[in-house]
Amino acid sequence: MPDQQTPPREPLRPGAGPEGTSAHLARLETRPSFTERNRRIGERIVEGLIFGIAGMSIIFIFLIFYFTFREAAPIFFGSGKTVETAAVMDDYRLPGEKPEADTSSAAASGDTSEVYNPDSGAPPALPGDSAAAPAVKKKDAATGSPKGDTSSGSEVYNPESGAPPALPADSTPAPASAATAEQTAKTNDSNSRLIVGNDYPILDRETPIKLSYLYYHNWQPNSDHPRYGIFPILVGTLKTTLIALLIAAPLSILAALYTAFFAPKRLRETLKPIIEILAGFPSVVVGFFCLMTVASLVQTLFGIDYRLNAFVGGIGLALAVIPIIYTISDDALRAVPGSLREAALAIGASEWQAAYQVMLPAATPGIFAALLLGLGRAFGETMIALMATGNAGTFSWNFFEPVRTFAATIGAEMGEVQHGSPHYQILFLLGVILFIFSFAINLVTEFYVKQRLIKKFRGAE
Amino acid sequence: MREHRKSFIGFLAMRLPMLATLLIILTIVLIIGDFFFAGIGHVTWEFLTQPPRNANTEGGILPAIIGTAELVLLMSLAAVPVGTITAIYLTEYARQTSIFARIIRFAVNTLAGVPSVVFGLFGLGFFIQTVGGQMDQVRWDQRMKSLHAVIAAPASPVAGNHIATVALVQTYLQKADNGDWTDQATKLNGFPRGTVARVNADIVERYFRNSVELNWGKPGLIWAALTLALLTLPVVIVSVEESLRTVPRDIREASLALGATKLETIIKVVIPNSLTGILTGSILAIGRGAGEVAPILFTGVVYSAQEGPHALTDQFMHLGYHLYILATQSTNVEATQPLQYATTLVLLVLTLALNLSAILLRSHIRRRQVA
Repeated sequence: MPDQQTPPREPLRPGAGPEGTSAHLARLETRPSFTERNRRIGERIVEGLIFGIAGMSIIFIFLIFYFTFREAAPIFFGSGKTVETAAVMDDYRLPGEKPEADTSSAAASGDTSEVYNPDSGAPPALPGDSAAAPAVKKKDAATGSPKGDTSSGSEVYNPESGAPPALPADSTPAPASAATAEQTAKTNDSNSRLIVGNDYPILDRETPIKLSYLYYHNWQPNSDHPRYGIFPILVGTLKTTLIALLIAAPLSILAALYTAFFAPKRLRETLKPIIEILAGFPSVVVGFFCLMTVASLVQTLFGIDYRLNAFVGGIGLALAVIPIIYTISDDALRAVPGSLREAALAIGASEWQAAYQVMLPAATPGIFAALLLGLGRAFGETMIALMATGNAGTFSWNFFEPVRTFAATIGAEMGEVQHGSPHYQILFLLGVILFIFSFAINLVTEFYVKQRLIKKFRGAE
Repeated sequence: MREHRKSFIGFLAMRLPMLATLLIILTIVLIIGDFFFAGIGHVTWEFLTQPPRNANTEGGILPAIIGTAELVLLMSLAAVPVGTITAIYLTEYARQTSIFARIIRFAVNTLAGVPSVVFGLFGLGFFIQTVGGQMDQVRWDQRMKSLHAVIAAPASPVAGNHIATVALVQTYLQKADNGDWTDQATKLNGFPRGTVARVNADIVERYFRNSVELNWGKPGLIWAALTLALLTLPVVIVSVEESLRTVPRDIREASLALGATKLETIIKVVIPNSLTGILTGSILAIGRGAGEVAPILFTGVVYSAQEGPHALTDQFMHLGYHLYILATQSTNVEATQPLQYATTLVLLVLTLALNLSAILLRSHIRRRQVA
């Protein structure tokens, strides 16, 4: 457009040019009016906004990774915040006031009720109420980091003793001068191993977690001496995912073949939306369906001890995965150039030979992508796994035993866990694993499958 | 012989896909039929319009319906504009070879693939603890400034860093600033060594500074809605993009030829022509959001409430979560079974209606594309 050019550089002083001449008129026409110029600046801004908002999806991905990883980071790097948040009643002593705890400090040093927590707002627990004190104590984790001292009385920071507070976050054994014998027993793995008789250390609820604690075959995060073995849930996730894919993949690929090639034309267009209705079912509803109907059906059919098990969960996950695999495979099959099929038919192949031996191999990358995305969904599906798998944290390869998956573990335990506690960090670590897994799947589909698909069809045409 | 075998395999190869399709459709029919016949008798007017009673074992689901509705409404307020604008960028502005657009597409695909429970974790770590926590901190810091003024006032027992008992400070605070500090004054009950402890102004301020009042930094409707918006963003983007692509190129070019700028063309020609698509995207997103439970598990849903949420920071009941609670966490699972089936039916009808209308709208768009 002409008005996008810069206006002619002529002096704008009044009377500089002859008014009313054709040259003057031409200049008036080509110079954009003030409002128009303003509007163009406005458009620039709006287009910049559109650009910025479009880029938000990228930022979200980074944010999701950063904030899930941040909560799990103490597992890898340890927590440095422990000392700052250790607030004791010493903070509330008047300057120059003689510490009144002096008289009873020796007796009170082992008493957990002396621990005062300013964040909880609750009155200090009565001396006799030993159970209440740790509970109060745990609340102050809300300030953002795991509390340094444990619920054990011996670890209460006693300002009178002259020793610095013990730092259990520091996973190496504290120096002998600062740590009592009890603390050493708690933080030192080698001592604990002797007591347990296996490789797993005795943990306290507040013991800072290390990555090595995850190599164990028991998931008991809520016991007094929690065990954070990740293997049972890993195996459980793999089991349910495998069952789900074994059921869903053949069914949905065959269905996709049917709607893409075999079904009568009019049926074709109605079948697809109907199958896609399955994707619209809320996962709670599918989970409830498995919990009620499928579980009873499987139990009567196979006569298993456990009503809820990996198989039932797998069926539920399959129901969630089928529409995904179906839709993408169907699209992939339809995207294969029809000339391939016609060529196959022309050289004497039957209808099914053309479909199975020509079209299906041609659509392999797309179907592979469909399977991968289905895998990602089955791996991360929460509510169905939560309701239908039985949620047992025991290690077993049996397909008919209750299992627990990553996503279900997060869903079931996150609500009750103390902010900043080791258990909390582990749950976030599971979230990070889920995120990385789904990210990797997307990476593969994006950069491997799509390239192959494009290459294949370019070669075919 | 060989011909015969071939035809048998052929028979199988032709029939198996049909059987698989039939099986899937039968399952869908079974699920819908199961819940329809088991639940229809229990969906009464009373059930739909009463709050739950007696620890969720009796009564209705009105707060859950209201909570779900408000949640998805807020969610679509956030997701639809952002999703539409992203789709507009992808279809109208981005070139085919643009790397930025490719990255955006990849990010959207990733967003669609991230497990829903991870969104819940993200909502907890980002929205509640980081954003909400910061908002609370800022608010609290301001409040601390006014507390400083109150405490330093001449009438205060600890003015000029004098020393007084906590009880004295408490009575002063209860009356100061027209009762503005009454609720805070009660917090002093938790002071170590009780109300007889002697404090000065510094100690009182330090005590209050440590007890940040949580308003935004806790689970609430707004955070759950934003988390869900993130989850449904790809749904909106994909569906709007699809409808934007069906707007004929001629119309765009005609608009440009008449002297309209690109933005004017988009606002006055392209968007009105794809309103159905934006509507479809919103409906699909709402349908998806209404059924998702995992992202809101830790970002705002509550076990039981008598009313729907009144404020953005209120916790709320949710149909899906209510069903989950009734089916797995209830004290008496058997007794609440009618309630479970009825809740399922309501949730199912809601999401199916939304999805069906989206499908119909979409086929309408596709027909236009063909025409």
